[in-house]
Amino acid sequence: MSQIRIPTPLRKFTGGMDEVPGSGNTLRAVLENLESQHAGIRKQICDSNGELRRFVNVFINEEDARYLAGLDSEIKEGDVISIIPAIAGGTKNRPGE
Amino acid sequence: MAKTFQELMADLRKELTEIEPEQLAKMRSGPPEISLIDVREMDEFRQGSIPGAIHIPRGFLELKIEDRIPDRNTPVVLFCAGGTRSLLAAESLRRLGYGQVSSLIGGFRRWKDEGRDCETPAVLGDWERQRYARHLAIPEVGEEGQKRLLEAKVLLIGAGGLGSPAAFYLGAAGVGTIGICDFDVVDESNLQRQILHTTDRVGTDKTESAKTTLLALNPRLKVETFNERLSSKNVARIFEPFDVIVDGSDNFPTRYLVNDASVLLGMPNVHGSVYRFEGQVTVFWPGKGPCYRCLYPEPPPADMAPSCAEAGVLGILPGVIGLLEAVETIKIILGIGDILIGRLLAYDALKATFHELKLRKNPECAYCRSGIEFPGFIDYEQFCAVPSATAS
Ligand SMILES: [Zn+2]
Repeated sequence: MSQIRIPTPLRKFTGGMDEVPGSGNTLRAVLENLESQHAGIRKQICDSNGELRRFVNVFINEEDARYLAGLDSEIKEGDVISIIPAIAGGTKNRPGE
Repeated sequence: MAKTFQELMADLRKELTEIEPEQLAKMRSGPPEISLIDVREMDEFRQGSIPGAIHIPRGFLELKIEDRIPDRNTPVVLFCAGGTRSLLAAESLRRLGYGQVSSLIGGFRRWKDEGRDCETPAVLGDWERQRYARHLAIPEVGEEGQKRLLEAKVLLIGAGGLGSPAAFYLGAAGVGTIGICDFDVVDESNLQRQILHTTDRVGTDKTESAKTTLLALNPRLKVETFNERLSSKNVARIFEPFDVIVDGSDNFPTRYLVNDASVLLGMPNVHGSVYRFEGQVTVFWPGKGPCYRCLYPEPPPADMAPSCAEAGVLGILPGVIGLLEAVETIKIILGIGDILIGRLLAYDALKATFHELKLRKNPECAYCRSGIEFPGFIDYEQFCAVPSATAS
């Protein structure tokens, strides 16, 4: 089992949880399982073709999944998956203000 | 029987190594690398010294030497004005166990008379020396480093939650020129975190408010204000005179303009962002590591970005992240430590944890991959129809 860190903007899909357990041997499988537990979240991370969105980066431990094998990257027991969306960073959090 | 001064010197000349300027000139081009110490007083040092010399007045030599030269096997050459004080200093170092100490014959005077390499070291005035005494006490900063800080020009994008603490400490540290770009006015709801501003300045320009606060803290700063919204038209002009950019903006159009200008001009871009209880900091330095577009080639579409209704941040959080940005800025100016290039430091205030992620240069980046022509600035649309601001 792996561990998925949920960023603040996506916690509305996980009932406020900042970390959820992940299951699956590839990143693709982990995200599919995440969707089955928390409907709607996958669309925030992947586009309609199932590819990672360009304004979201997914890290497996410290490494950007894009520079591993993307969605086919292997996920091992104990891996930590971090989802890092682009945040404008405002304290007002109006993304396009 | 007690020795006379002449006898003492004669004995020391027998026991210690003295070298000619010619020999020192050869040793300076190493290897092995030598440590050269100027043991004269401050007023003598200020008028000129040998380039690369460490200045430790003889009265402080024993106190400071272990800090500056921890390895007792380092070849050390001492010099003073004429070669007497440095010989006495060499004796002290020998007693402390330094095995390869020598003293320069004829001192700085003869070195200079022979037309050898001299420089007027970067030294501070009395006011600066007193003000920055705690910096001068750190070998990694010292007079040389403080001089660099005083000559540095840092531009803050936004005098808001991130820019406030960063500007405060950069000003306190003596970063000589601080530019502030913001076109917003102080609002009462800003004061929960934007510590440059005050209640009585609600309704006034943030740039002017920031300038007032910074000059009250440090009257010798040069504060340059840019009371304008960053755009493709003005970004290069505003950035050009500065050395480092500190991005404390709160919107994507500004983030991308800041990135693209820093790529165009090859300037380090110290990046911080906050969201409720979480913050991130990294340094985008074109040529040395990835840029913002390597991570996020395009801003998210309006419907995929966090909604405007999700406003809010713990007021102290931008304080933490803004100060981490200031720390990286100071390191960049001083050229010390491991700068956060290619690393994203993420802070979770509720968990009280930091974790680090590796950021890679995208070989296909449209802006920073090598050998491409600059694609130009883009004014992305601002997609929240609310009164706008630059600073987070
Ligand atoms: Zn890039």
